[in-house]
Amino acid sequence: MTRAEAMGLLIAFIARLVTGAQGHWKGCAPKAEQRIYFANHQSHLDWVLIWAALPSELRAQTRPIAARDYWTGSRFKHWLTREVFNAVYVNRQRSDDQDPLEPLAAALQNGDSLVIFPEGTRSNKGEPQPFKSGLYHLAAQFPQVPLVPAWIDNVQRVMPKGEVVPVPILCTVTFGAALQLAPGEDKRAFLARARDAVLALRPRESES
Amino acid sequence: MNRLSQLSTDEQVALLFVGLFGLLLLASIVMALRSITRDDDERFQRERPYRRDLRALWLGAVVFWVSWISGPVGATLAFGVLSFLALREFITLAHTRRGDHRSLILAFFVVLPLQYLIVGLKRFDLFSVFIPVYVFLAIPVISALAGDPRRFLERNAKIQWGIMVCVFGLSHAPALLLLDLPRFQDRGAFLLFFLVMVTAAAQIAQELASRRLRRAPVARQIDRSFSWRAFGLGVAAAAVVGALLFWITPVKPGTAAAMGALAGGCGTLGELVMRALKKDAGVRWWGNRSSVTGAVGLLDRVAPLCFAAPVFFHAVRWYF
Repeated sequence: MTRAEAMGLLIAFIARLVTGAQGHWKGCAPKAEQRIYFANHQSHLDWVLIWAALPSELRAQTRPIAARDYWTGSRFKHWLTREVFNAVYVNRQRSDDQDPLEPLAAALQNGDSLVIFPEGTRSNKGEPQPFKSGLYHLAAQFPQVPLVPAWIDNVQRVMPKGEVVPVPILCTVTFGAALQLAPGEDKRAFLARARDAVLALRPRESES
Repeated sequence: MNRLSQLSTDEQVALLFVGLFGLLLLASIVMALRSITRDDDERFQRERPYRRDLRALWLGAVVFWVSWISGPVGATLAFGVLSFLALREFITLAHTRRGDHRSLILAFFVVLPLQYLIVGLKRFDLFSVFIPVYVFLAIPVISALAGDPRRFLERNAKIQWGIMVCVFGLSHAPALLLLDLPRFQDRGAFLLFFLVMVTAAAQIAQELASRRLRRAPVARQIDRSFSWRAFGLGVAAAAVVGALLFWITPVKPGTAAAMGALAGGCGTLGELVMRALKKDAGVRWWGNRSSVTGAVGLLDRVAPLCFAAPVFFHAVRWYF
């Protein structure tokens, strides 16, 4: 076992110890096929939770998106995202000559699965913010890849904004039925539909 | 009986575990045979809860054994982890707020390890007062410093109650293991075994009785099956089991029966309290799969022990 693999197991173990990281597969089964998972974004831990909720065989092919300027900032951060999580790096600053989705498209062409948070930023209002259009462009470019919605619940209680130490509270990740871009579907209609699919997975008692 | 008492303490304890695992093995073999010969799916589904309970019993027995063979360190570690998982489940359903974060960190990462450290060191005087006295003050102080006055009393009460049940209550189980009584050295495993047996007997008897008797429930809103007669039968069953097991305790049959009744009664009443709590939190059982927790329902299993263990522990200590 390499050091990166050991680190991966350790992180998954801690995530499970602290949050349970239970994956509930409601609309689809965990399967080794290429997928784009998209979920609500409330905390820094969201990615780790989805990753730990996946069966360990799927973790290697499922990659997060990381901001290049932050996650390559120090040697440890770079090592963590590159070796352990196999992250896809994107530039936050937009340059005119480059498509920001290009690294994502390259990863998808490579056959990897992606996890994206289409809100773009963390929200703590309960309801997810409107989705950014990246999801639509990926869906149009890769119509054969199923888009799996996921709702991450309770994680905002584990580590609220501004706190460093997580509190052990059980969290769940609910995966729903895959969607696809309908022929001729409008961008705005598709993004609203995708957001509704994520919101529909929220457990009833966590509303309010 | 004479041959048994001639054996050394270690041999007696070993015999206890051989008996325990033998019984479990027998039950598992019966279950496995029944599932091989199953012809109807319906029965298979019906027996599902029993298989789940059997798995939980195996787990409990293994934890018990590991904590015995590994001495004070293992016992406190095993029950400390159990306590951590139970408290995690409790806090999940307690709907804490953002301002509770620091208090919860204190509860999980300071109070819990310290309490089990004190158990491991066998400092039983400090152990009895650490949470009711010192932590009782510390939690609301940290909470007040967080600066959120809304529902202050309610939020603190929830956290303190969770600590009392999941940490204080449960930590009495390893304390029983480590308790050195005069004329009864190194035989704490028997005390814990006795406690688990009588609380289990009380629960099973009460469950069966309430199914047969169909009495009017005392508190319909909380538990549809709890009636005084069923409760009484549960306590009686605990007393009988306690009396039958007197030879593993340092007391006479009559006293053992009284202690069994006491512990069994506390366990089933504790279960009733937990049920009220679950109704309040809006779940039917802690391990509700469809709910947000998705937990394993650990709290369900350890709750009677959490309530019975402190009472039993102090009853035993005061009696000597």
